[in-house]
Amino acid sequence: MSKESTGAAAGRLSVFKTYKLYVGGKFPRSESGRVYEVTDSKGQWLANAPQSSRKDARDAVVAARKAFGGWSGTTAYNRGQVLYRVAEMLEGRREQFVREVAEAEGLSKSRAAAVVDATVDRWVWYAGWTDKIAQVIGGANPVAGPYFNLSSPEPTGVVAVLAPQESSFLGLISVLAPVIATGNTAVVIASERSPLPALSLGEVLATSDVPGGVVNVLSGRTAEIAAPLAAHQDVNAIDLAGADEALAKELEIAAADNLKRVLRPQPVDFAATPGIDRMTAFLETKTVWHPTGSLGASGSAY
Amino acid sequence: MTSAFEYAPAPESRSVVDIAPSYGLFIDGEFTDAADGKVFKTVSPSTEEVLSEVARAGAEDVDRAVAAARRAFTSWSALPGSERAKYLFRIARIVQERSRELAVLETLDNGKPIKETRDADLPLVAAHFFYYAGWADKLGHAGFGADPKPLGVAGQVIPWNFPLLMLAWKIAPALAAGNTVVLKPAETTPLSALFFADICRQAGLPKGVVNILPGYGDAGAALVAHPGVNKVAFTGSTAVGKEIARTVAGTDKKVTLELGGKGANIVFDDAPIDQAVEGIVTGIFFNQGQVCCAGSRLLVQESIHDELLDSLKRRLSTLRLGDPLDKNTDIGAINSAEQLARISALADQGEAEGAERWSPACELPSAGYWFAPTLFTNVTQAHTVARDEIFGPVLSVLTFRTPDEAVAKANNTQYGLSAGIWTEKGSRILAVASRLRAGVVWSNTFNKFDPTSPFGGYKESGFGREGGRHGLEAYLDV
Repeated sequence: MSKESTGAAAGRLSVFKTYKLYVGGKFPRSESGRVYEVTDSKGQWLANAPQSSRKDARDAVVAARKAFGGWSGTTAYNRGQVLYRVAEMLEGRREQFVREVAEAEGLSKSRAAAVVDATVDRWVWYAGWTDKIAQVIGGANPVAGPYFNLSSPEPTGVVAVLAPQESSFLGLISVLAPVIATGNTAVVIASERSPLPALSLGEVLATSDVPGGVVNVLSGRTAEIAAPLAAHQDVNAIDLAGADEALAKELEIAAADNLKRVLRPQPVDFAATPGIDRMTAFLETKTVWHPTGSLGASGSAY
Repeated sequence: MTSAFEYAPAPESRSVVDIAPSYGLFIDGEFTDAADGKVFKTVSPSTEEVLSEVARAGAEDVDRAVAAARRAFTSWSALPGSERAKYLFRIARIVQERSRELAVLETLDNGKPIKETRDADLPLVAAHFFYYAGWADKLGHAGFGADPKPLGVAGQVIPWNFPLLMLAWKIAPALAAGNTVVLKPAETTPLSALFFADICRQAGLPKGVVNILPGYGDAGAALVAHPGVNKVAFTGSTAVGKEIARTVAGTDKKVTLELGGKGANIVFDDAPIDQAVEGIVTGIFFNQGQVCCAGSRLLVQESIHDELLDSLKRRLSTLRLGDPLDKNTDIGAINSAEQLARISALADQGEAEGAERWSPACELPSAGYWFAPTLFTNVTQAHTVARDEIFGPVLSVLTFRTPDEAVAKANNTQYGLSAGIWTEKGSRILAVASRLRAGVVWSNTFNKFDPTSPFGGYKESGFGREGGRHGLEAYLDV
């Protein structure tokens, strides 16, 4: 909370918000009962955020797995509508996010506003991709035989996402939106130092027609939460954007146990228009051979 | 059952291939001994005859080969794509010209029937080079940016089940994209890769662009871990795939892995039984079942179980097992004593766990490595033969009642490489295919391959795709 929102000078004591996790469409505290202090860039206390445990991570995976069948089975058009709805809800809470981003990243109000606007626009960009990506990267293959052979992208499954540490909101959305746009479900670890925008995003998703469990947001110590996710046998992929070099290597080794798809950390300019790489990193290609029959000498082979 | 037809022997002549008594490593355009002078023998699995003695690569040889590939990369990647294309077209043509020789060689070194090397392996090898040759000067149109760049040196490790075909799957896209390669063939099947080195010579390929290092797992591990390698491509077991994934962790090496499978072949009650039986046989007995995408789990709708099994057993009784060079042979030799032991152990375990074992009356040759086609019925999902990849001519039969149950059982595996669907109902094909978690799905057919068709797995069957436009991505910096 910033000084004005603590509200003493206004003659009214403001109501603080207890920031909670977002798991399976609900807002639990950490099962561990732990919290940690979140401060602004100048060290002023903002809130106590839940400090998630291994158990919270596992619960989030269960929720994400449960949601995968439904979310991956929706039509691409429907997913686009739902993502667009998220952008609408974000726009409606613009002031709140501007304040949270400004406090988290030490930005001026106008700089923070620009970041939030870019974030909303990024959601819209990905909302538009849901029903186009299959046409861009899939297609029919001209095999030498009487078969219709079609390759289509399919979501990999449950994706663990280590959100970028510095860009607490634009960075978060830039790694999360491509994961769910294509039908994956996600367990996101918020920026360790600046988790509040991510936790507030949970409130947006809960009111945006995104089914519970599609996105699960955890806050706490990135290394502590990421380790059980990287080793989890029911997680299919991991985005290491928020890991430093040493942690990334450790997690990639753990991820090899069930051959998770791994997106290594790389320098990203979150202000630039993204390519499709963050989507294709978490897509499988399924190729189906359908017999077409062929005309025999009598013309009646099919 | 007595065979309806007796066939006279029809052996393909060995005289088309001239196997030298010894071979070296192929590094920087020259055949050379291993630095430590080590060699190993390669045998014909159908007779245990020693075919040749081959230099065995070690870490020092990996160093030399990677350095050669690194030197060659500068000029090879700078060649106009149209020139690289012409080299690949030349290779494709020479493979076609020498295809009978290579088919016989492959059958000798691998043990698979000549019918398969002649009609499947070799035509696909040539087609693969032909296909990727055409991409070399069209990379800007492949959807990976206007001017996509190669990665550098590709370290490639291939298995023994389709030695020359796996080489083609690895080398053709790598060279088309402008990379240079160091390839390690499997220790039981080094010969076709060494003959390929000679094809590179005939094609005038610049030295160092392709380097071939016959050897064992230690050479493969050294290649994967080598700091001069930018890209790792591996086809083989899931266990080794995981080890490779750990090795490259924390580096910027790009990796593609084609690993194991436990493919479900699903037969619905409306399927054309005779066609399905042929598909089941192709699915699990092609190449003695030593195929990562084999249809090793047969899921039969309960109502047709007895009828289908009767037909299947009748069909299996007509398969001819024996001399792989005989043109009538359906089932050849298992590739090695080690693999035969693994298959035997898993089949014995299936029996010990209570599944019912059946094989047709089938005389096995006295020399060589042989395993009769085998069925297990009364198999549940908990049985080892339903869970573990056997990589041999062993089919586990399970049943289901509803399409939902079929899908659930098909997906109940750590693997996700292939699946088959047999039904006359088009909507059922589409619905089931879309719910199977597998990279390749064959409807009313099985084990079809094509250079334009992306191949690769979900889950622990690996990642990345080989073949088609998708296969280029693995060799481009995107």
